[in-house]
Amino acid sequence: MIEVRGLTKRYGDKIAVEDLSFNAYPGVVTGFLGPNGSGKSTTMRVIMGLDHPNGGTATINGRPYHDLDWPLREVGALLEARAIHPGRTARSHLWMLAQTNQIARSRVDEVLDIVGLTEVANQLTGKFSLGMSQRLGIAASLLGDPGVLLYDEPVNGLDAEGIRWVRNLLIGLARQGRTLFVSSHLMSEMAQMADDVVVIGRGRLITQALMSDLLAGNQQSFVRVRSPGIDPLVVLLETNGARISRESDGSISVSGLTEEMVGDLAFEAGIALHELAPVNASLEEVFMELTEESVEYHGAPGGSQ
Amino acid sequence: MNGETTAPRPPPPIFVGHSSLRGVIASEITKLRTVRSTMWSFGVLVVLAVGLSALATSLTTSHWNQAGFGERFTFDPIRESLIGVFFGQFAIGVLGVLVISAEYTTGTIRASLAAVPKRFRLLLGKIIVFGVATLIIGEIVAFASFFVGQTLLHAPAPHATISSPGALRAVTGDGLYLCLLGLIALGIGGIIRHTAAAVSAYVGLLLVIPIIIALLPSTVSNDVTRFLPASIGHTVVSRIQDPHNFSPGIGLVVLAIYAAVALGVAGYLLVHRDA
Repeated sequence: MIEVRGLTKRYGDKIAVEDLSFNAYPGVVTGFLGPNGSGKSTTMRVIMGLDHPNGGTATINGRPYHDLDWPLREVGALLEARAIHPGRTARSHLWMLAQTNQIARSRVDEVLDIVGLTEVANQLTGKFSLGMSQRLGIAASLLGDPGVLLYDEPVNGLDAEGIRWVRNLLIGLARQGRTLFVSSHLMSEMAQMADDVVVIGRGRLITQALMSDLLAGNQQSFVRVRSPGIDPLVVLLETNGARISRESDGSISVSGLTEEMVGDLAFEAGIALHELAPVNASLEEVFMELTEESVEYHGAPGGSQ
Repeated sequence: MNGETTAPRPPPPIFVGHSSLRGVIASEITKLRTVRSTMWSFGVLVVLAVGLSALATSLTTSHWNQAGFGERFTFDPIRESLIGVFFGQFAIGVLGVLVISAEYTTGTIRASLAAVPKRFRLLLGKIIVFGVATLIIGEIVAFASFFVGQTLLHAPAPHATISSPGALRAVTGDGLYLCLLGLIALGIGGIIRHTAAAVSAYVGLLLVIPIIIALLPSTVSNDVTRFLPASIGHTVVSRIQDPHNFSPGIGLVVLAIYAAVALGVAGYLLVHRDA
């Protein structure tokens, strides 16, 4: 279990994480979701004892990372796939890590097998593709067979097959009773993997919720309508309690009424409809909605607050 | 391929004890051993340092008859054969810097610190492993240089044997000198963390500061020069001592203090800085 309480981290004047609290529980995949630059990696570095927080605490099974007796046997992590000496072989990289925690040499071959790198174990990692480096990082995280695992953007740079493989592996590890804490800036990725989700923006907690609740609670839907008699239709729908938004293409977006109700009302009033379509917000729109207040860099210059 | 994920996880084993310095030392030996460039650098260091001594001593032998009286009088066969150390100190300095800076430039430091969150312990492991490795390499360089050099120094030029007065002291001190300079470089690497900047600082310490001090009035420079690593190096390998310099033993202690200070600062910064 990972517990983060009131965590604050500044780099100079810049606040990276502010008063952040959440838990990641055993047996489930906890997604850590936020736009790029929202403080996900910083939070993970603090949990791993790599960066010192300015305030608050991060503990693993009740203890700060620094105090763990056998760090690699309790926690495994992949923070940056490329953070490997390019002049060392994959096997040597794993072996030098294993030795620090007195992990048996045979375990190096086991984890190489789990991630499918046995064939290239004696190649220099400098020649590895991003996907292979990612697999090597995952192998390193599994060395000590730890109960707590952290992965920062583990599917970055992987092809579709690789993404599916990582997803199944991580879900499988969680089902064995381990605590899985996995960051991503892609809602769709998280939706396929996470049971629980922590959403942050600009270093602050936006929400921690079950993935299913988050999707249900934020599912935005509306009815898109085009009609030659748009003005009387707007009046009619508004008197029936709908909220209307006029779009630039001449259509209207109706919320508060189902498409059946819109169709029936229009029929009764004798107003012709040229389009009547339910629209469901995509996962990414749910995510955008959640974090739009807190996105650090907007594409359009006028979009910044 | 992933039997790992299908079987339910057995109850987490209870581990007795805790990770220790022993594991860190084993890991640091692997780190040093498994990067080819390090092993090459050690090899090149030995070959070039010994080669330089061989070149100097064979030139002395062949040109002895052209040498003047003063030159012959001050000739020190021990120092001549250990001249390669002044090349070796640069090679060993680069290696010392790289032991830490390479971890930062490649990002390996994050994996290392995740495996060994007790940061001072990680540094201590590096100090022990690199210190012992450079002491061994340093002594190999020193003894090989001495014996190759003395073999090439022959009549009419004088030569020394290992039982000549001061010879054993000079040769063992030479290896220790290289080891201590390597540890100073390790400390500089830990403080500066960027390879190029740390190597520049180390080279500046050995080459640029002596030039600046030489420009000072001699009443000042005579007092300061003895503190320079290069002056200490000269004293250590020489039969005849310059009265302004420390004795070889004190000189090596001064170098050890430099190394301790540099490593102490590196350790403090390692513990207190973000990785």
